Amino acid sequence: MAVTRRDFLKAGGVLVVGASLAPSLGRTQTIPNADRFLGKPLEADKLDAYLAIHADGSVTLFSGKVDMGTGGRIAMRQIVAEELDVRPERITMIEGDTALTPDQGSTAGSYGIARGGTQLRQAAATGRQALLALGAARLGRGVEDLETVDGVVRTKDGRASVSYADLIGDKAFGVALDPKAPLKDPQRFRFIGKSLPRPDVPAKATGRHKYLHDLVLPGMLHARVIRPPAHGASLKSVDESSMAGVSGAKVERIESFLAVVAEREWDAVRASRQLRAEWTGGTPLGEHATLFDSMRASTVVREQPVTRRGDTSALDAAAPGVRTLTATYRWPVHSHGSIGPSCGVADVRGDRATIWSSSQGTHRYRAAFAKVLGLAPERVRVIYMDGAGSYGQNGAEDAACDAALLSKAVGRPVRVQWTRQDEHGWDPKGPPQLLALRAAVDERGGVAAWETRAWLPVSTANLPHLPFLAADAAKIPQTQGRATGLIYQNIDPPYQYPNVDAVVRWIPDAPLRTSPIRAPGKIGNSFAVESFVDEIAALAGADPLAFRLKHLTNPRGAEVLREVGARMGWQARSSPRAADPKAPIAAGRGLAYVHYKHDETLVAMGMEVQVERASGRIRVTRVVCAHDCGLMINPDCVQAQVEGNILQTLSRALHEEIVYDRERVTTVDWQAYPILTFPEVPAIEVELMQRLDAPPLGAGEAASAPVAAALSNAVFDATGVRLRTVPFRPERVLAALAGRPRSGF
Amino acid sequence: MATLKLNVNATARSVELDDPETPLLYVLRNDLGLTGTHFGCGLSQCGACTVLIDGRATRSCVMPASAVQARAVTTIEGLGSPERPDPIQAAFIAEQAAQCGYCTSGMIVAARALLQQNAHPTEAQVREALAGNLCRCGSHARVIRAVLRAAGGR
Repeated sequence: MAVTRRDFLKAGGVLVVGASLAPSLGRTQTIPNADRFLGKPLEADKLDAYLAIHADGSVTLFSGKVDMGTGGRIAMRQIVAEELDVRPERITMIEGDTALTPDQGSTAGSYGIARGGTQLRQAAATGRQALLALGAARLGRGVEDLETVDGVVRTKDGRASVSYADLIGDKAFGVALDPKAPLKDPQRFRFIGKSLPRPDVPAKATGRHKYLHDLVLPGMLHARVIRPPAHGASLKSVDESSMAGVSGAKVERIESFLAVVAEREWDAVRASRQLRAEWTGGTPLGEHATLFDSMRASTVVREQPVTRRGDTSALDAAAPGVRTLTATYRWPVHSHGSIGPSCGVADVRGDRATIWSSSQGTHRYRAAFAKVLGLAPERVRVIYMDGAGSYGQNGAEDAACDAALLSKAVGRPVRVQWTRQDEHGWDPKGPPQLLALRAAVDERGGVAAWETRAWLPVSTANLPHLPFLAADAAKIPQTQGRATGLIYQNIDPPYQYPNVDAVVRWIPDAPLRTSPIRAPGKIGNSFAVESFVDEIAALAGADPLAFRLKHLTNPRGAEVLREVGARMGWQARSSPRAADPKAPIAAGRGLAYVHYKHDETLVAMGMEVQVERASGRIRVTRVVCAHDCGLMINPDCVQAQVEGNILQTLSRALHEEIVYDRERVTTVDWQAYPILTFPEVPAIEVELMQRLDAPPLGAGEAASAPVAAALSNAVFDATGVRLRTVPFRPERVLAALAGRPRSGF
Repeated sequence: MATLKLNVNATARSVELDDPETPLLYVLRNDLGLTGTHFGCGLSQCGACTVLIDGRATRSCVMPASAVQARAVTTIEGLGSPERPDPIQAAFIAEQAAQCGYCTSGMIVAARALLQQNAHPTEAQVREALAGNLCRCGSHARVIRAVLRAAGGR
């Protein structure tokens, strides 16, 4: 193989290229010495975009996908270590820096490893091939006589060797990614499939990890943004004398974008609390109490069939012996609920800007920030830094835009820290979902026909980015529209029923600004679908596990379901459980299954619950999950994702609902918007299926999808009462137990 | 401008503050460079800013700095370092009991306070002691295991 070796300019022993942008960008990576790579290739089809091998044999990995706490920081290293044959500890990783890493798309949709990691694996394999070719030339041997091990190319007889450092140290490979570069035989894996510890945990456990929130730049000002008291309100006047007691604080105003800046953070806080401003007008929000009724009555922008097969006419003209079942399920508006409110830091100087953000999409947002600032995208560098977990698009991009506008206005670096109330009140929300289901059940308990109608807020086609709060307030033009993620997936049953008609009715409005939130739409959709399957099984007097297996044709799906049944000691019987209705505690079990996005990760989940009849309180005692996401690079990181999916979604299903009045969100702290606490955490048992020969399918979201359904099914098994509206707060459970299922609306 | 004398991580520190009511959190992070203590809510609701004051777990976001003069303040940095973690930090590392890690400092500090009062807590006592510390990533089960591991010296 002929390697095109185009040596880049070598200066001071580091890789440097003469790209015109490099000098104009701030040298500002917090990873030591990372800025020496400014000007390196970034094209996603080039090997040098991903990997650099240095003169000391160490490796730098440039990843467009970022690690928000999910384990990519070790898993990506494992992938490169495996395919390149270097030790993982020799690898430094740089993430999500638009000046240094290739654009691999946002870190979203569970595609960090499944797509980003797969791309990286091919890059490392390409690198290994290139090194073998270089080694062959250097050693005067054929490639077939050579092997690679721990950063060395050597002859298979071990007599001659040359290090990667000697072959390529600090020089560019200059080759394109080879989609056919051979991957390592799984039987020979040394690093993939091992639960290596994450490199960031020691610093996180000792307070040394540097978050975006901790970033301090020379001359940096602290800022707080004052949001309007009502959505869309205009700023009429500001009484600067109201904060005269806070020396050093200054008001910044651009149209209705209002902020205070100060040298000291506490002064910015105090000033923002004291500042008096007059606002006028606004766009009234819809009625929260009638949200789902208005969704159902809404005009429909368009209908989208997700699955249509067979003939569902049995639903409307039931044959003798066929029973029809209908039910409506409701999923409320949720906040991402990041524990650290969003933060943004920006340094805008003249014709260039550097923005530090915990955004999951730094590349995507570079052009957006550039437009708002009136700069060419090439003049803007966005650098990812860890924030608190975001689980989709929280307020990070908005906080970054706040900081950018303020930095431009004051000519100094600015750090914007959102408050708790900002985050709960203004982070873009997970959209509400309404699903109406119908089934025709024949006399043998078979599903003769299935229908899903899902009312979901529509996303705007080709929306370049979620519109920024600050840009709207500052009256800077930007494309308006909504983003929600792929919320239509999994509205159909994952079983081979012959006659299915599953359709989304896209509706134009959502009560608040929306964005993708972990497993967008799939949790609410699976809640409806898998609860309804349980309703059908109950009507048919069938065991919920056997009822599912009967029509599950995917063998990997059947395997995870059987595994959960075995682990739970599942006793075949129909729900609800025969129990004394006067017993103070009703206990039950339930399960649910998902084939995530129809063709990705397969998850079965079982749950055991106790329902306290007097209080309506649900206690989840045990969760059992079997999970098949194909190849697992790092099983312990997958396990952590599965545990996190389970607990976060239990929290959403048991407790969470964003409430608003006609002006604004009213659930703006952890008392009004409670989340799961330690005393509520159930025992969790996870069975992970390792598939060394299969592609990785992603673990960041799938296990959240069946949680609410398994929970609702377990409550039904315990009590005979079906919960169809999230959250399952005690007052709602009590109302359901008393036979008032829609109380509380 | 007032001069406050503080004892932080067994070291005498002195800071100049315009407003002596400045919450301890901001003094730790911005004046003393101890950024391991995190801002989560400013409302004493989430526990991300937890520090020890005379051994008691305290929310630094609502504690005026002036109120802790002459008292011993211990932050996450004062417990141990990546090279020499204290037993709870070591247990969190061993259990990989953090995802984003934003809430982790507060949990470790709260766990330290618990183990100082009760060296061998039950699992229920660990859960109760951490009931005011919120985690969104869902690392709870690992956190509980880590605290029990530290307590049991496993």
